[in-house]
Parts: sequence; structure tokens; C-alpha cells
Amino acid sequence: MNAEDNRDMIVRYTAGARIKHWIGAISFVLVALSGLALFHPAFFWLTNLFGGGPWTRILHPFIGCVMIVVFYLFSLGIWRYNFFDERDWLWLRKVPDVMSNREQNVPEAGRYNAGQKLLFYSIIACLMGLLLSGIVIWRVYFSAFFPIGLIRLASLLHAFCAFVLICSIAVHVYMAIWEKGSMRAMTRGRVSLGWAWKNHRAWFREVTRGIQQR
Amino acid sequence: MALQSLDIIRRSATTLPSPEVRGAHTGQVAKLIDTTKCIGCKACQVACMEWNDLRDDIGTCTGHYDNPHDLSEHSWTLMRFTEYENPKGDLAWLIRKDGCMHCEDPGCLKACPSPGAIVQYSNGIVDFHEENCIGCGYCITGCPFDIPRISKKDKKAYKCTLCSDRVAVGLEPACVKACPTGAIVFGTKEDMKQHAEERIEDLKSRGFDQAGLYDPSGVGGTHVMYVLHHADQPELYADLPKNPKISPLVRLWKGAAKPLSLFAIFATAAVGFLHYIGMGPNEVDEADEEAARRELEKKP
Repeated sequence: MNAEDNRDMIVRYTAGARIKHWIGAISFVLVALSGLALFHPAFFWLTNLFGGGPWTRILHPFIGCVMIVVFYLFSLGIWRYNFFDERDWLWLRKVPDVMSNREQNVPEAGRYNAGQKLLFYSIIACLMGLLLSGIVIWRVYFSAFFPIGLIRLASLLHAFCAFVLICSIAVHVYMAIWEKGSMRAMTRGRVSLGWAWKNHRAWFREVTRGIQQR
Repeated sequence: MALQSLDIIRRSATTLPSPEVRGAHTGQVAKLIDTTKCIGCKACQVACMEWNDLRDDIGTCTGHYDNPHDLSEHSWTLMRFTEYENPKGDLAWLIRKDGCMHCEDPGCLKACPSPGAIVQYSNGIVDFHEENCIGCGYCITGCPFDIPRISKKDKKAYKCTLCSDRVAVGLEPACVKACPTGAIVFGTKEDMKQHAEERIEDLKSRGFDQAGLYDPSGVGGTHVMYVLHHADQPELYADLPKNPKISPLVRLWKGAAKPLSLFAIFATAAVGFLHYIGMGPNEVDEADEEAARRELEKKP
């Protein structure tokens, strides 16, 4: 048994989960680019990617809806792995060790570590905020039903949630780049034994119980 | 509508200054609407639709004299009628010609995300350039007076232009031209203020102690001003706001939030990049794979 054999030992994401994740990811990129175009004049040129200003205004909310629906479907599948427990609080105190490649000091993580769980909640909350505020400021269909004060508040809230979401996703993407072997989980669905052992040891024990019996 | 014969001094969604060497050194313009002289004939509405080629749909009677009952993409100005019972018990009709106030600090222009869709000319007029409008409705969100309307047909925002096309060639706005009582006058802002002074003095001498000029400072003053008999209670005039200003929510959204959030997003990305360069990636090496295998084998 060599490293090659270890590579695809553990299934982390099913095909369905991967497809949902990537539809969500692509729609996030599109909705973030179009949203930034409408948020700051420095990015208005990004409207060219969507066929001009009016098309950007038309498409943005629909792409946003796709992102929210698909992500919420995706989250149904991983919801139960994201409950916070005692171990997670300890893990959070060891974040400096995590970021300095000193895993030996860090408590074992389950399928998701505390950072990932926080990211999960942050995304869930931001998407809810974006959905609710987005409906209020969706001028063509819905804005007429809301008072102007609420529309103003929703405009600000929409920008704030989008800002938090963009920063959260930036952290998420960086973690996937930084922690080698992670990307494979979402592109091919499988991770190596060593990756699971190193980064999610409690989960490694859980899933390898089955392998052992075979 | 685009009119390049007027100098643009402010442009929506534009971070650098617009060309502003040529200024309105002989004074910016203003329209003065004297509500105390208005007889509610609606000639101004007719003149507006005639000059601007606008025809609103025939509406329905909503139980008051306002017709149509609200501003729309086809009705850029509207007489709003208020029946007011004064403290003495007398009934008075307060009639206010509603429409864009042409704020010195326009909330619509501040909120607009599309470069050059809303401009302010050096003479003070705030104009919409519909060819740049993307139809998002942020101008409505930003306006303290509830003026812009989005067309149901083309999804563009419209409002009173203060007849910028007429003013550019030395004519007064169409409503001014049509007003039979001289309740609407047009000229430099200074002249209009002076004219208002005289009117207010006259009104005070005739018992309207609270007569005054409506030129709200919260939006830097306006290029459409009112003479009101009850300047202490502008709300009487179909909810004319007493202290209009750009909402603090809009100011935050279109002010500090923009540079700060962009900075924070770039900082997040930069910290990631520097962390990678400084710390290096977190790699799974052969020893980890070995350890994982040992752990597997040691299981019963």
C-alpha cells in the first residue's frame, strides 16, 4: 500500500453535493461581480460582463436566487455536521496554532472544524439577510410594497451582508488553496487517508471504522 | 435627457471631479413657486406635458382634486390640494405644485450607481440622462421628496428636468411660461430669494405672520423654492417635509461603506496571500499517510 493507494480512500462529498456546491460557487462569483458593479463605481465596468448596466440590474437578483436556493439545498446535507460542541471552543482558542502549521497542538476536528462551522453559519445568515433585503430592494417586482424607510435600511443591509459574505468566501477559498488536498474533496469527492487523519482526525476514525470491517 | 450645451458639474457614480472650470458666475437658477398666488388651474401641468410630450393615462377619481392622483413617469409635476382649517375655523385651500426640487445636494445623484445617469449642471439643475439609467430605482431610495418614478414601459427613471432644454437656450421652464397668476417665476436664485422676500413682507402685512420661504438647508438649499403662508408647518402642504435631508442610511451606504468595505475585502485577500507566502501551505506528507495507515491497521 503506497501513497497513491491512499489518495482516493475516503469519500467526502457525493456527486450531488459537489454539483450543488459548484452551482452555488459559480452563481456566487457572478452575483458578487454584478453586485460589486452596482455597489462601487470603481467596479461599474464589470457590468460589461453581463451585457451592460440594465442587464446587470435584471440578472443580478435572479442569479442571487439561484445561489441561495442551491446553497440552502446543499446545506441541508451538511447541516448535522455543523453543530457546535465543547471541542470546537477549544479549537477556536488554538487558531494561531492552526494558522502556523502546528496541528499537533490543536484538538482533533470532526468532519468540520470550528472555523468551518462558523463559516457555515456566517454564510447561512448572510444569505438569509441578502434574500430578505434583496426582495425589498427588487424594484421591478417588490419595492412598491414596502415603505421608503425600509427600502433604505434594506439597501444598507444588503450591502453589509454581501460584504460579510464576500469576505467569508475569500477566507473559504484561501483555506481550500492553503490546505493542500482539500480541493480534491470538492472536485473529485474523495480525500486521502493522510489528509483526513491530519486535518479531521475524529472524522477519520469515524469513517474508517467501516473500511476496517471490509 | 442629454444636453451637452450645459456644463455638468456633478455626475452620479463618478469618483473624480467633473470638468468645473466654467462656473455659473452670474448665479445659478431657481424656480420660485408662490403657493399664496396659486389658483390651482393646473395650467403648469398642461404646459409640462405639452412641452415634454408626455401624456399620462386617464386615471380614476380618488375623491380629491389632485389629478392625476400622483406623480408618474408621465406626470412630472402635479398640483397637490390640501383642505386646511386654520385655528380661527376658516377653511383654506393649500395648493402646492409638486415636482423635483432640484436639490443642491441631490439624494438621487448620491444614490445612483450608474455613471452619468444623473447629473447636475453648473446652473444647479439636476437632470436624469435616461440613456445611462439602468432602472435600479436607487434614485427613489435616495430622494428625500419621493419624486423619481420608474417607467413601467422602459424601466427608466423620469422626473422634472426644470426644462433644462429650454433653460439652456435662455427660455423659462414651460410651467413658468403658462402660469396665469405669476405664481411661478424663474430667474437666478438670488433674484428669486429677493422676490420671495418682497412677497413674504406683503403676506406678513396681511396677517400671515408665519409666511416664509421654503429653501431647505438640509439638502443644501433647492433650485425650486416655495413661498408658503405657513412656513412654520410645511407638512400642511401635502406632507412637504419640514427638514428634508438625505437619509443617514443612504449616506452611510453611499459614503463610508463603499471605500471601507472595498478596503476590507482587499485586505482579506492580501492577508491570505501574505500568509501563504510567509507560512507556506499546509501539506499532507508521506508521514501523515503512513500515520493514517498505521492507525487503520492497529484497529481490531
